[in-house]
Amino acid sequence: MEKTWNNKAWFLVLPVLVLVAFSAVIPLMTVVNYSVQDTFGNNEFFWAGTDWFTEILTSPRFWDALWRNLIFSAVILAIEVPLGILIALNMPKHGPGVPVCLVLMALPLLIPWNVVGTIWQVFGRVDIGLLGYFLNSLGISYNYTQNPAHAWATVIVMDVWHWTSLVVLLCYAGLVSIPDAYYQAARIDGASRWSVFRHIQLPKMKRVLLIAVLLRFMDSFMIYTEPFVVTGGGPGNSTTFLSIDLVKMAIGQFDLGPAAAMSIIYFLIILLLSWVFYTVMTQSDAEQN
Amino acid sequence: MLELRNVSKTVAGEYHIRPTDLTLKRGTLNVLLGPTLAGKTSLMRLMAGLDKPTEGSVFFDGADVTTVPVQKRNVAMVYQQFINYPALSVYENIASPMRIAGKDAATIDREVKKAAELLKLTPYLDRTPLNLSGGQQQRTALARAIVKNANLVLLDEPLANLDYKLREELREELPKIFAASGAIFVYATTEPSEALLLGGYTAALHEGAVTQFGRTVDVYRQPADLVTARIFADPPLNTIELVRDAHSFSLNGEPVIPVPTHLSSVAEGPLVLGFQPHHLFLRAANGHTTPLKARTLVSEIAGSESFVHLDFAGRRWVMLAHGIHDIEQDQTIEVHLDSRHLMAFDRTTGKALVAPPVAA
Repeated sequence: MEKTWNNKAWFLVLPVLVLVAFSAVIPLMTVVNYSVQDTFGNNEFFWAGTDWFTEILTSPRFWDALWRNLIFSAVILAIEVPLGILIALNMPKHGPGVPVCLVLMALPLLIPWNVVGTIWQVFGRVDIGLLGYFLNSLGISYNYTQNPAHAWATVIVMDVWHWTSLVVLLCYAGLVSIPDAYYQAARIDGASRWSVFRHIQLPKMKRVLLIAVLLRFMDSFMIYTEPFVVTGGGPGNSTTFLSIDLVKMAIGQFDLGPAAAMSIIYFLIILLLSWVFYTVMTQSDAEQN
Repeated sequence: MLELRNVSKTVAGEYHIRPTDLTLKRGTLNVLLGPTLAGKTSLMRLMAGLDKPTEGSVFFDGADVTTVPVQKRNVAMVYQQFINYPALSVYENIASPMRIAGKDAATIDREVKKAAELLKLTPYLDRTPLNLSGGQQQRTALARAIVKNANLVLLDEPLANLDYKLREELREELPKIFAASGAIFVYATTEPSEALLLGGYTAALHEGAVTQFGRTVDVYRQPADLVTARIFADPPLNTIELVRDAHSFSLNGEPVIPVPTHLSSVAEGPLVLGFQPHHLFLRAANGHTTPLKARTLVSEIAGSESFVHLDFAGRRWVMLAHGIHDIEQDQTIEVHLDSRHLMAFDRTTGKALVAPPVAA
């Protein structure tokens, strides 16, 4: 039978194409456009080739921010994933405690990011903040505006407070989907609490954990609002992450070319690392099939 | 020997298991037969020690084990869902109870291979359960139960989620597999035919109460009451309210069925008669059948059998006829009842009017 072509089908996908074009393709191509040209205003552009990419990749400023970001994401994952699992394991599975816990867990996720930043910015202040004032009255000279370690600690604690809930909720969803018979079988076997976790709960949570790790990695690697509100990237450059540096470059200094080049490099790094996470975490499944 | 003495379980003031006495002997296969929510799983949980009875006590070989936790009772259980450790290989899954028990590596290896051989799992020992078919997954769970060498093996509808062919196959193998071990087997099922195929002893369950316990054939042939008879009938039991007079069972004064010899001791007066759908025939088969006029409603053909739904004096009956019969609807036909298999029950209490034999 001869294959019949029906071009009307294109009309059906057209709305999606338009949407994707305006939301992703056109903005991305604009950035690509900026990254290979130089401009001095007046809408005049000059071809710059890969100059901006070379400039970014050889600037210590970029590498410093990248390292800060990598360390930050590593710390965030190292704290939030185990902590999230631990909380999810201890949440009630039945009874009136369930909705209470779920609402408590969802609360931080419902607060706008800049508000979270503002809360912690005030909370940590030495003069009027509950946390800052309290720590100092205990004899700890805590000041996130002057001490880089304190600034880091504040940003990390804030992120843990803000985002651990997401890991908890995802893990909890994975846990409640395990049929009761598994726990019974383990009890009959006399399996220890650890082996129940290791051999039943963890494997059953694997898929949601993958999502949790990916989301938390991407979000923490792109973190902007909260540290910007709390520390503004300081003291010095100590909490200047890639995104903060990027905004400084693009809007503060109006270096559109380098900023565009940096955006693309930044995007490719996230894409690459997400792919690595995904591949590593799905590796064991693939091996068996 | 496992004894339940006046064991009951209430949850939030409601009986899940009504006060029950039950004695299961070593080396026997015991079927718990009852519809969904009859309390089969609840009763098994009490036997295993997963739940503590609200009242009463559980004895094992004469020792009170009511408060002994399940880990210390040497119990094995297989579920309707295929429960295995998802991330462990089949080998490790089978080995897991022995690893917990602290057996040495050589024993574990020997036992795992033996169980795998028995359950035809040898080629799959390196796979994880997710890469097995349903039947293989359930066999892995069964192998885990075997190597445990438990005193009490509980099988909770283990074949319900398998396809027909595998079910037949495993059902045949199961009693053989476990026969040698001398343990007590308890097998829960909703299907009367499964109970009959497995043989052994049967406890019929209805709304949390054991209505009868005895040899499977005895419970089937001589149910103690109407409820048990209904549990043990699929397609559903046919019943009719009649009155026993001098020579026959009558409806509105009209004799319907002559009293068969086995029911001759039944006193005169109102009663309920019950019989299995396969004791109705299209043709007079032997000297014991009674012809009855019934109207046909629907007829279904299932494999090599036909289910004919009938209306007899306002009662809905089912006839299970062998062979494929093309029967027209809404016709009055003559059906033949084998009166030797009639069961008579009291109209108010539902108790059998001819006493069933006591469990040996």
